[in-house]
Amino acid sequence: MEYFLQQLVNGVTLGAVYGLIAIGYSMVYGIIGMINFAHGDIFMIGAFHALIVFLILGAVGISWLPLALLIVLIVGILLTSLYGWSVERIAYRPLRSSPRLAPLISAIGASIFLQNYVQLAQGARPKPLSQMVSGGITLMESDAGFAARVSYIQIVIVLLTLALMAVFTWLIKGTALGRAQRACEQDRKMAALLGVDVDRTISLTFVIGASLAAVAGLMFTLYYGVIDFFIGFVAGIKAFTAAVLGGIGSLPGAMLGGLLIGLIEAFWSGYFSVEYKDVASFGVLVLVLIFRPTGLLGRPEIEKV
Amino acid sequence: MLVIEGIHAFYGRIEALKGVSLEVKQGEIVTLIGANGAGKSTLLMTICGQPRGQGGRIVLEGTDITAMSTHQIMRRGIAQSPEGRRVFPRMTVYENLQMGAINVDPAHFEGDIQRCFELFPILERRRGQRAGTLSGGEQQMLAIARAMMARPRLLLLDEPSLGLAPLIVRQIFSVIRELNQQGVTVLLVEQNAFHALKLAHRAYVLVNGQITMTGTGRQLLADPEVRRAYLEGGH
Repeated sequence: MEYFLQQLVNGVTLGAVYGLIAIGYSMVYGIIGMINFAHGDIFMIGAFHALIVFLILGAVGISWLPLALLIVLIVGILLTSLYGWSVERIAYRPLRSSPRLAPLISAIGASIFLQNYVQLAQGARPKPLSQMVSGGITLMESDAGFAARVSYIQIVIVLLTLALMAVFTWLIKGTALGRAQRACEQDRKMAALLGVDVDRTISLTFVIGASLAAVAGLMFTLYYGVIDFFIGFVAGIKAFTAAVLGGIGSLPGAMLGGLLIGLIEAFWSGYFSVEYKDVASFGVLVLVLIFRPTGLLGRPEIEKV
Repeated sequence: MLVIEGIHAFYGRIEALKGVSLEVKQGEIVTLIGANGAGKSTLLMTICGQPRGQGGRIVLEGTDITAMSTHQIMRRGIAQSPEGRRVFPRMTVYENLQMGAINVDPAHFEGDIQRCFELFPILERRRGQRAGTLSGGEQQMLAIARAMMARPRLLLLDEPSLGLAPLIVRQIFSVIRELNQQGVTVLLVEQNAFHALKLAHRAYVLVNGQITMTGTGRQLLADPEVRRAYLEGGH
């Protein structure tokens, strides 16, 4: 029971990170119908921004954690979303009216570029960050001495994710910007006919996606304490899997898919083998695609005429 | 209000408009009739910049809008209820109407939406329903109401009667007349030529991307050629 609880806690934490990245994939797919393969690398850039800002803050002596976290969060979001915006501007917008394959290839190019850029600028070796948040709460302890613990950093990650999801849901459902975003997703030409600046809305979509990825990068850096230029690849593929699992284009689906992938990984690692945890999550993806190709919350591509 | 001079429009290599000139004056209802594929919808879309007009110019209230992008044009007091209705299927009726008012001062919103609900009471009953689940007629009403929410001085309507029951067609035409009496200028594309010509102050006939005839609605209704081609079912 303790062991189960521990895996649950780990799984939810991991799922929160995947969910935040997955939203970026799903949103971009929804609005321009392409998979933004550079999104995982935007997450990686977010992680590096978090690390760099933490180190700078440490150097200038700002050590009160809540303040440091807040500064890292804001600076990280600003810088990372600038990258997200630029990728769209440089690599995708000029190809807006090309065949679908062209922006896809351009996305892979952007991904390779960002990885190499960080590798050259920051070096290829893993970058450690000393533990910022330590300690935790013991939830349950067995007679044999195994304790299920939830660390403070896990609590921070889950709470921050919940708060972000709430803000994000309100943004999409309740604001004019969110309505314009959904309108562009459903009928771009008609949105323009109502006076919506479609290019600007698409840019904002990338900015929002990159902001969420920046937060995920920050949490990843805090949680694991080590990052390198390649973390975006695996995390990106996992989050992409989460988005497809939940139903690509569906935002609640991306959150759900992220949570499921996190739980599957944690439980598989806990009960079977850590080495094959990727097989587990991708195996589930294969099954979902066979039996429910639109994902768990996706909608079939049928439109009433 | 709207002056179009010698405009051409292309879909790829196909020339859909071959030098069309047309004028809509302040306060008029102008009808454009023509067979399928004559370029009627293309003309309405070209006014809105999709595709962009070439060769000539389009002047709206004294400003040349030919080279402007669609969203800029649509912020200048013009709105369109397009071919195929194009309501946002996964948004509610209410959200669709909010989209129509996206560039309007929010102070007008409540009054405007009440006016739409008065003209189309069914929309008020369906306000929380997804637009994709509405019937064709309801979607048509929603598309017109959404265009009205933009408070246009010039309203472009593309086949508002298409596929609708005769009773609803009559209702929609009376709404158009009412809007016009309230000061909205209307450019109307219709296959239902009889109704449309009766409604119109002036009309144009479009054939293969060219204007072949123009006159008052009454003149065209009486014209033997128009009658043969568009009113008596012969082609």
